[in-house]
Amino acid sequence: MATTEPRPTTAREFMLGEGSATGDGSQPMHLGLGPQHPAMHGIIRIATELDGEVIVKADVEIGYLHRAFEKDCEVGGWNNAIPYTDRLNYVSPLINNFAYASAVEKLLGIEVTERCTYIRTIMAEISRICDHLTCVGASAMELGAFTVFLYMIKAREFLWELVEAVTGARLTISYGRVGGVKADLPDGFAAQAKKAFAETRVVLAEVHRLLTGNRIFMDRMVGIGVLSRDETVAYAITGPLLRAAGVGYDVRRAQPHWAYGRVDWEVPTQKDGDNYARYLVRMAEMEQSMRIAEQALDAIPAGPVNVDHEGRPIDPAMYVDQGKQGKTEGLLLVPITLSPNLQGQGREAQKRVNVHDKRVVLPPKENAYGSIEGLMNHFMLIMEGYGIRPPQGEAYFATEGANGELGFYVVSDGSDRPYRVRCRPPCLPPLAALHRMVEGEMVADLIPTFGSVNMIGGELDR
Amino acid sequence: MLDEVRAVFGGAVVETHEHRGDATVVIERRALTELLAVCRSRGALAFDVLMDLTAVDCSKFPGREDGPRFEVVYHLYSLTHNHRLRVKVRVDEDDAVVPTAVPLWPIANWLEREVWDMFGIRFDGHPDLKRLLLYEEFVGHPLRKDYPINRRQPLIGPAH
Repeated sequence: MATTEPRPTTAREFMLGEGSATGDGSQPMHLGLGPQHPAMHGIIRIATELDGEVIVKADVEIGYLHRAFEKDCEVGGWNNAIPYTDRLNYVSPLINNFAYASAVEKLLGIEVTERCTYIRTIMAEISRICDHLTCVGASAMELGAFTVFLYMIKAREFLWELVEAVTGARLTISYGRVGGVKADLPDGFAAQAKKAFAETRVVLAEVHRLLTGNRIFMDRMVGIGVLSRDETVAYAITGPLLRAAGVGYDVRRAQPHWAYGRVDWEVPTQKDGDNYARYLVRMAEMEQSMRIAEQALDAIPAGPVNVDHEGRPIDPAMYVDQGKQGKTEGLLLVPITLSPNLQGQGREAQKRVNVHDKRVVLPPKENAYGSIEGLMNHFMLIMEGYGIRPPQGEAYFATEGANGELGFYVVSDGSDRPYRVRCRPPCLPPLAALHRMVEGEMVADLIPTFGSVNMIGGELDR
Repeated sequence: MLDEVRAVFGGAVVETHEHRGDATVVIERRALTELLAVCRSRGALAFDVLMDLTAVDCSKFPGREDGPRFEVVYHLYSLTHNHRLRVKVRVDEDDAVVPTAVPLWPIANWLEREVWDMFGIRFDGHPDLKRLLLYEEFVGHPLRKDYPINRRQPLIGPAH
């Protein structure tokens, strides 16, 4: 006798409750978005419970991009963590570099040169514009405004060319150093930057015409993803989301560091705390960032430029050769023509941008190759068991990342390796509060809301 | 600020310092919840933001090897007064439990989950203490100093 298998439930029975299956015709549907989803720019899973199209419950799961940043920092020297910080917020890596370097400098109790503070300010602001361009462009694209995305990526390209001119790389730049930066700004950088800002302003004006006041865009953004002022504060959300909710907190203004106290700018705020307010805040901040960078470019001190004109400049390869052969006599006084990919790293440039502290900053390559003292100094910083050794203690340094307060809490046990490096990721709090923003709204509204919190997997999961 | 904390919690304050300008108070665990509540509500302190919550494993720290193993570190910030305070509480390895701060600041929910994930410190009263960044099958707590950097984890897959 054949046993009768239970007949599988049909879609009509399951979804609509027809027949004997489930009863009242209404049951929640579970929909998982991610970890990989075309409309999610980042690897994250949002397990939603839907009633029709309305999100009843959203459960956010993170950690898919965890790569042990904090643990990795503990196994190398203090400067070895710099490349890892590139990969935190990879859309604005310069800010991470500088924030980490400043935290270690605070622990060491040293002050960087004035020119270096200006360079950090300028490069951080350029990074912030790149970050906002990416965020606004990507979230507009998800709402169908592909043109905006292309325009903004075009503008970002102008800015990335600046980044490339300074750091030699576009994304993983590793430009910050404890005690300074890798290299001085290239020749003609101010003019190049101002030209790029002019191009960016054209793009921003175009985007304003396309989006601000656009019926379709406003329908999808106004009143969506609202988080009240109190709740935003309670969730420790900072950055554009907090300012969109009406709190004018900006680390650059509240605790001025680098050159932020010496330039004139405004903190844009909005009241509504919805996606549209966040969009407006980001658009206004890009303009303010350009203002800061332009003023800093005008005010940047040149620093002592003592180029030695005696003696002909020699080729770096020949310099190294002579040093290796022990012909170091007078070598320190010879100017050197650096190859283009080492621009800004010569002896004079390093004097301008780096702290004059042998315990922290590597000697210029001329000294490392040209004198025994320089070579010893170099090895004292590079060799295992030597290197930068901050005194025992702890320090917390915060700057304004593109998504909010980016803090580094560093602990030193007096050795050459960080005892503990903690990164306060600015986009973790918004993600922790994401369920509060999307619950009760349509599932399609999840996409612009998720776009507006600007989740960056690298810093969220570390 | 530190004087005020010392005045209110005199006996429970283990130590205070202002190394590199960061006001820090180390408090005994029994007074932690009360201290955080006072920090949040008292007008002159008004720490309305829990900026960060993390921990440090002190078991390899010179001079601290035999003391309490973990330090849980709270970074508070006040929007009203624009000041910061670091609160630390020390706990032993065999009694690594700290009262939760979720009722005061909802962000503590995720931050405490991360500390549990990375250090294996439990938070008493937490609504749903599960791992945040790693997966449930992960063995150990990687930011502890006795977790080797190159340890491999067993492969997991979907249940058959």
